[in-house]
Amino acid sequence: MSEVKNVVELEDAVIKFVGDSGDGMQLSGTLFADTAAYDGNDLTTFPDYPAEIRAPQNTVAGVSGFQIHFGSKKILTFGDICDTIVALNPASLRANLKWTKKDTIIITDSEAYDDSALEKSGYKSNPLTDGSLKEFKIISAPFTTLIKEAISDLNIDNKTTLKSRNMFALGIAFKLYGKNLDHTFHYLEKKFATRPQIVEMNKRVVKAGFDYAAINPQLECLYNVPSASMEKGRYRNITGNVAAAWGLIAAGEKSERPLFLGSYPITPATEILMEIVKYKSLGAKVFQAEDEIAGICSAIGASFTGSLALTTTSGPGLSLKSEAIGLAVITELPLVIVNVQRGGPSTGLPTKSEQSDLYQALYGRNGECPLIVMAASSSADCFYSAFEAAKLSIEHMTPVILLTDGSLGNGSELFRIPDTKDLPKIVAPLAKANDPNYKPYNRDEKTLARPWAIPGTEGLRHRVGGLEKENGIGTVSMDPINHELMVGLRAEKVQRVANYIDPQEVFGDTEGDLLIVSWGGTKGVIRDSVIEMKKEGYKVGHAHFKHIMPLPKNTEEIFGKYKKIIVCELNSGQFVGYLRITFPDFKYHQANKVQSLPFMIHELKDKYYKLLEK
Amino acid sequence: MEQILNTIERSNVELTKEDFVSDQMVKWCAGCGAHAILAAVANVFPKIGYKKENFMLVSGIGCSSRFPYYVNTYGFHGIHGRAYAIASGVKISNPKLSVWVATGDGDSMAIGGNHMIHTIRRNIDLNVILFNNMIYGLTKGQYSPTSPMGSVTKTSPQGTIEHPFNAGELVMGAQGTFFARVPDNNIKLMTEVMFESARHDGTSIIEVLQNCIIYNDKVHAPITSKDTREDNQLVLRNGEKMLFGADHKKGLRLNGTRLEVVTIGENGITEDDILVHDQYQQDPGLQLMLAKMAPPLFPVAMGVIRSAMYPTYDDMVEDQITYAKANSKILTVNDLLNSGDTFEVK
Ligand SMILES: Cc1ncc(C[n+]2csc(CCOP(=O)(O)OP(=O)(O)O)c2C)c(N)n1
Ligand code: SF4
Ligand SMILES: [Mg+2]
Repeated sequence: MSEVKNVVELEDAVIKFVGDSGDGMQLSGTLFADTAAYDGNDLTTFPDYPAEIRAPQNTVAGVSGFQIHFGSKKILTFGDICDTIVALNPASLRANLKWTKKDTIIITDSEAYDDSALEKSGYKSNPLTDGSLKEFKIISAPFTTLIKEAISDLNIDNKTTLKSRNMFALGIAFKLYGKNLDHTFHYLEKKFATRPQIVEMNKRVVKAGFDYAAINPQLECLYNVPSASMEKGRYRNITGNVAAAWGLIAAGEKSERPLFLGSYPITPATEILMEIVKYKSLGAKVFQAEDEIAGICSAIGASFTGSLALTTTSGPGLSLKSEAIGLAVITELPLVIVNVQRGGPSTGLPTKSEQSDLYQALYGRNGECPLIVMAASSSADCFYSAFEAAKLSIEHMTPVILLTDGSLGNGSELFRIPDTKDLPKIVAPLAKANDPNYKPYNRDEKTLARPWAIPGTEGLRHRVGGLEKENGIGTVSMDPINHELMVGLRAEKVQRVANYIDPQEVFGDTEGDLLIVSWGGTKGVIRDSVIEMKKEGYKVGHAHFKHIMPLPKNTEEIFGKYKKIIVCELNSGQFVGYLRITFPDFKYHQANKVQSLPFMIHELKDKYYKLLEK
Repeated sequence: MEQILNTIERSNVELTKEDFVSDQMVKWCAGCGAHAILAAVANVFPKIGYKKENFMLVSGIGCSSRFPYYVNTYGFHGIHGRAYAIASGVKISNPKLSVWVATGDGDSMAIGGNHMIHTIRRNIDLNVILFNNMIYGLTKGQYSPTSPMGSVTKTSPQGTIEHPFNAGELVMGAQGTFFARVPDNNIKLMTEVMFESARHDGTSIIEVLQNCIIYNDKVHAPITSKDTREDNQLVLRNGEKMLFGADHKKGLRLNGTRLEVVTIGENGITEDDILVHDQYQQDPGLQLMLAKMAPPLFPVAMGVIRSAMYPTYDDMVEDQITYAKANSKILTVNDLLNSGDTFEVK
């Protein structure tokens, strides 16, 4: 058989690797993504894994996946419908058919469809032979047999052989999309440097998949996704959790404040903790506390002591931190609280993503307890959002809640590496030693921030705490007028942050028929939907909010320029509720989804069309 | 007293009580045992001799937790139960501060029990003054985790039906390295014990048997009053015999695996039979038995019961950072951003 195949050029493609939790799909996906990135594609990725570590083999509950959307254009989302699905067993195929379209390519291991696997996955008959997949392009091959042929002389045990099926699949995918094997070979050589036998085996298996695809008649054509035109510079692929960790570390360096993280592991936020702890060489002090309360309280202690203090968590953990957040608000100390949102309430859907903690971030505390609320808008943006959250927290002496979510945190995109000298300065409002005028609650005229007086500094001994304090002098005060003053000052201090943030941007038409409003992790998909609407000739704009409390100063002005406003969010309508309270003069329409799944472009567009028709 | 040797910067002038007097009105009830604790702290801080800016007081919530307002140091009045956690952050963040925690029996052993045991287990260098009045003072008289079984309080009109914690037992159960106990009416002993706690590297728990004159008056009287204390208190001193009683004729000895109170001169007992206190003993076996002693069969042990040397969490944090700085290639954020797999777009 010879290698004659048409090569079809594509602007972008979505491929998803799925299999059992132990099948190594995360690795195949990562290697594919990295290869595409080296090849010049822009991309976003998303791992989709079950809440259990190893659910029973071959069941739908145990399916783990990794999706990559790559292309020659700017890629904003990890995509919904797949062009190719690589499925290592029937359960993973079955679980992912909902992400297919007509002609989706399905690459699968025909030897994985034995009676037991079919039964566990809920198939009554073999989908590869019963005709139920006829609308797809099936590339099925006996993976294990082909692998064994390729490595017959290497004397590898059966278990190890079976474990390399993901590499065979990866090889097929590489050939299908015109990618080379260099990066994967390099990775294997590094990873298994001490086990040359394993390197050799895996290389041969990837290559076998690659060569098999070249001659397989089931493949009608091959694809080529050319490189994207990206801004010059050095890039890396980064997940939102790593980006958030790095943004915070960068803020520590820029502010010249030591970094302290007090945290307790919780999905999907744990990676931030695990990432920061790697960088003790940068002075990061990381305290894995006994619970979330100790996590935040230790951070508050560290903040009083002069550190850039952080605590990272997800919804249930944020609930536990509520009382202590109030303590940080009343003591007016800097503190960055990162909440990587997941599906709730309670334990909810730990490994799935949602935007349903906004009300908790805004209002979830006793007393009048305002703080800055921000939301990152993409995986790479987690770096800049985290950096800005720390900057605002320090310069305005107030806690900040930064909302990200499971999709952003675990998902990845390409990140143009900045030079720290180009990042904004962070100036901590430190009180000067022996300042005769020092008072704990004297305020900066512009920001209303109180001075940060670090223990150990001469001439600044003072006490703070959870009891209301007299403005200025900072002694305990139960005076009613002072209390009202302090409530007002704390709120005003947060509102004045609006003077220090960028004005709200609008994409698309700056006035028109419909303003599409969104916040947080949905930016990419909503932007794509707006791009399509614009192509179709509609007069629409997109305002994606990163600053929620306070809102940018031009928000109201923007809202006034459109006939209709729709607020899209992955909850039952929290941002829209907040906007209704803040700017009650506008009428807001809603697009909501609470399935712990991202929006699909067509769902959004259907909503827009309906509004535009009326 | 000798000078404490560690990395905390010392004052280059002699300090006095006045250096730590706060301008705030002390609002505890007249006759409250907390006043004595304040007096002891005012005694001991100048003796410890660190720069006055290097003292830091942290508390939770309760009558006892108002303490930081009454001492002129850096201070943090926290939230109920969380003093240990806040103080841990302070100490880890700046190990060159002398960090003191003021906390109540409820603050430490009810709402804050989890933080207390984990702090102790980690051996973070904190000096904890545990005001044990066996009642919730600030909320006006509900029973606490140390209220004796059967205590009649506002929330236990028929008497409590819970087994109380013995603070010393809890500390040693959590692998504590320092435990001391003092009655609130012995300021001299309290001052000595506080100094010892400052000298100890690691989490030091000082249990003060504190009288709440309003809601639990005389709960400690069987141990602390003039006519009971000689027979019901054994003041332990390192290297000295465990003797007590008005004429120091009573003592403790080991009978098999158990402690026993004996009288010198009776049944052939001589001073040689009496146990000698070793607060530095690493094995807490005997110290635990001492901490658990209670009337009527035994006196209550006072003074430093345990002060064992173990590495502290905060020291090990510094060690790991020093090691990482010496051995990592990532020394700036730019190093970090450019580490691992990156690629150039030209
Ligand atoms: C979260 C929370 N729950 C309850 C309270 C009410 N509260 C304040 S102090 C206290 C108990 C104090 O007892 P203890 O710790 O023994 O201190 P004491 O007043 O006896 O010194 C309680 C229950 C609170 N302040 N915060
Ligand atoms: S209520 Fe009790 S513990 Fe509180 S101040 Fe009064 S006497 Fe002291
Ligand atoms: Mg009490």
